[in-house]
Amino acid sequence: MKSLIKFTLNDEPVEHLVDNHITLLQMIREDFDLTGAKEGCGAGECGACTIIMDGKAVNACLVLGVEADGCEITTIEGLAQGSELHPLQVSFIENAALQCGYCTPGMIMTAKVLLDENPHPTVDEIKEGISGNLCRCTGYKKIIEAIQFVADNN
Amino acid sequence: MKFVGKSVKRVDGIKKVTGSLKYVDDMKLSRMLYASVKRSPHPHAKILSINVEKALALKGVKDIITGEHYKKRGGLYLEDKNFLAVGKARYRGEAIAAIVATSQEVADKARKLIDVEYEVLPAVTNAVKAMEPGSPLVHPDLGEYYWVPVFMPKPGTNISNHYTLRKGNAPEAFEQADYVVENKFYVPHVQHVPIEPHTAIAQMDVDGVCTVWASCQSPYAVRQALSEAFDIPLNKLRVLSPAVGGGFGSKAGTTLEGIIIPLAMRNPGRPIKLTYTREDEFENAYVRQGLHATIKTGVNKDGKVIAVQNEFIWDGGAYNEYGVNIAKAAGYASAGPYDIDNVWTDSYCVYTNHPVGGPYRGFGMCEIHFGIEQNLDMIAKQLGITPVEIRRINGMKPGGTTGTGEVVPVAGLQECLEQVSFDIKLNEKTEVKEEHLARGKGIACGWKAPSMPNNAASSAIIKLNEDGSAHLLVSAQDIGQGSDTVMTQIAAEVLSISPEKITIKTGDTDHTPYEWQTVASRITYSAGRAVYEAAKDAMDQLLELSQIKLGVYKRDLELRDGYVVSKIYPDKKVAIADLALGLNFEDGSAVHGPIIGRGSFIPPNIRNADKKTGLGDHPVAFWTYGVQGVEVEVNTETGKVRVVKVASCFDVGKVMNPQLLEGQIEGAIVQGMGTALFEELMLKDGKVLNPSFVDYKIPTSDDMPEMIIKFVENPEETGPFGARGVAEPAMVPSAPAIANAIYDAVGIRLNTMPLTAEKVLNAIKAKKQND
Repeated sequence: MKSLIKFTLNDEPVEHLVDNHITLLQMIREDFDLTGAKEGCGAGECGACTIIMDGKAVNACLVLGVEADGCEITTIEGLAQGSELHPLQVSFIENAALQCGYCTPGMIMTAKVLLDENPHPTVDEIKEGISGNLCRCTGYKKIIEAIQFVADNN
Repeated sequence: MKFVGKSVKRVDGIKKVTGSLKYVDDMKLSRMLYASVKRSPHPHAKILSINVEKALALKGVKDIITGEHYKKRGGLYLEDKNFLAVGKARYRGEAIAAIVATSQEVADKARKLIDVEYEVLPAVTNAVKAMEPGSPLVHPDLGEYYWVPVFMPKPGTNISNHYTLRKGNAPEAFEQADYVVENKFYVPHVQHVPIEPHTAIAQMDVDGVCTVWASCQSPYAVRQALSEAFDIPLNKLRVLSPAVGGGFGSKAGTTLEGIIIPLAMRNPGRPIKLTYTREDEFENAYVRQGLHATIKTGVNKDGKVIAVQNEFIWDGGAYNEYGVNIAKAAGYASAGPYDIDNVWTDSYCVYTNHPVGGPYRGFGMCEIHFGIEQNLDMIAKQLGITPVEIRRINGMKPGGTTGTGEVVPVAGLQECLEQVSFDIKLNEKTEVKEEHLARGKGIACGWKAPSMPNNAASSAIIKLNEDGSAHLLVSAQDIGQGSDTVMTQIAAEVLSISPEKITIKTGDTDHTPYEWQTVASRITYSAGRAVYEAAKDAMDQLLELSQIKLGVYKRDLELRDGYVVSKIYPDKKVAIADLALGLNFEDGSAVHGPIIGRGSFIPPNIRNADKKTGLGDHPVAFWTYGVQGVEVEVNTETGKVRVVKVASCFDVGKVMNPQLLEGQIEGAIVQGMGTALFEELMLKDGKVLNPSFVDYKIPTSDDMPEMIIKFVENPEETGPFGARGVAEPAMVPSAPAIANAIYDAVGIRLNTMPLTAEKVLNAIKAKKQND
């Protein structure tokens, strides 16, 4: 079974015939070749697949593709304006807040929503805000500093 | 220096923050097929029959193979494994059959249609019992297997390697010691948990060329293993590792690649992809081996340790092709970073019907130091001296002697010890108001050498471009540690051009030169030295041409900011861009041709130790020493331990990139903390009970402690700019430092990891009853 859905993907309106049983993550990766969001566990536990859906950070592996109907979806690929990086992306590089990079797209999307909702978070609020995104490389310190850096310049 | 020692930003940063870096699972190739693996539900069972008819009949299924199709055994140090089980399954989850189909969905569906008939065999689930006579054997045919001669398997038993170290006369020294302390420790299996699960694609072309795209740390080692297993010549087998989403050792060997290659060979022209699920990752990728350790220490009243005797029994799981080297590495490091005259060690790698043990960050070292460092604190307590004092007395100093009898010229351990004691304020107790919270501080030392063959080699090529930019080719793999950036910095420094002018290319056995493996904290040291040599070679060619061009002796020339410049007359110079393709003369003729720098490196003069005694004067490339200090807060009502602060100091020889190096240490501290406090692969009757993030927790941002990171720099003579490795050593002292801090806080000793709230609370209760 397939459904025709309409939604906004990285600021562009799209119409898409989607298999009813596939996840939003599968849809954006397989159907749209947007592979920035990763599948780390497929169970909503690691956050590597985090995208933004109507302003909320969402684990795309827990949502069905058809649920995108009528929504505004932003993936990591939609964050930079052309070659101009988003301040969070710049800050992650400047603060060495990434290593293997597999959690990075999800981490940045979570951080974006965190700062959209709370432009001046405390360190504890940042820690709590990204606690659903697992990183095995960095020990989190530089990620928190990178987010703090953007908040300080907000 | 201009670039080395500076926090140059990651060269792979933009690709990673924009999500545009393609990892293997992101790749979609035309006409791609998808694989699924049928796995054994039993930890130990004879395979009586495999019926694939129903599965083959399913629409979309292209092919199914079993172990019977490719029976050749393989393995890095001991050839004991098949990629698909032959005859019997030796762990729960072992691959029995592999299906390839037009979609993942169909492949997974077909998997369920395969019927396998088993005869269940008694499972070996305890490594200590597995060594007892009469235990069922996991590999009854061990005697027929090939192994690298430095290892010592015992055919007819479950022992895949028995390493021995006999330095001095330990039995006699114990007789003379004022005190003898003996303790047992247990470290359970844990998993590496890279956020990217294992994944690979294989394609066999009709002309016999096989291409493998794998998330792997070591493309050349994978190529070698696959070439041997499937009889494909090395020039017809290309392994690419485009990106690796975390390894920590789990992607060091060859795992799922060996399952899809036979499928690719039978289905030419079709790329075949296999990606592990998180559950696979916990059960069917490598795990860190469990360790049963007994450590006996003899010490004199003055605090001098005069003898140690160790027994390490490693639960290596079903296949020990890599694990045998873990037992060996732990054996030759078994004295710890201490100068002890009498050492007696037996380190056994033992087959069980558990998941396959493999290399995990600092393999062997994290595990043995959990015991060594707690034992030392217990001795200090008995002698009435501080943990720092006993480490000052016994800790390695320059000119000291290791457990294998090697005299070490460089050892920054004592400087690290003083730095950490100062940074963690070891002598000051933090007061907390809440009665149910207790604070404590602890320290632990650690050391590690690269656990690799003596001849583990590296190479690099630098191609100069006609605009003065360059390409750097290496097969060192950036698995997150930042090697692409550091290799670029080294080349930039020698060539005196900015890192932006250098593009690094890695991970393609057809196009990037040989690298043994990205493991063992050896890349900055070994691949870095090869890059250094390649850049020097290019420099030498540039200077040769310049002395003709400028009429200045080579010895008076140097590279400076993209030019070859006379050291005496700085206005005499030529741009390296003008020499990139050779030297042109006024009459239109030219000589030399393109500048290509070549660098090769093997750590010099590493020799085998004596097989019986383990003694050797230079058995490893170098030792890395360091110390961690930890402050914990223990909730005496719940037993929950919070790591408040960690101070770390390592002797890295040379800080190549401060920011990236800090990141390595911070990651190691938090990873070490996870294994110390809550990580454990729960095994029951050979079954992994917690193969998911719901039941196997790794640290989150909430768990992160305050971290103080320091370094000392005693140069490594053979390393580039004096650098030595540190990525793994940084994790080694974490767990024992936490255990020692818990003792300081609430006076309890826990000899088994992890130090869970439940164990801590029970120990606190037991202590209260005894008090």
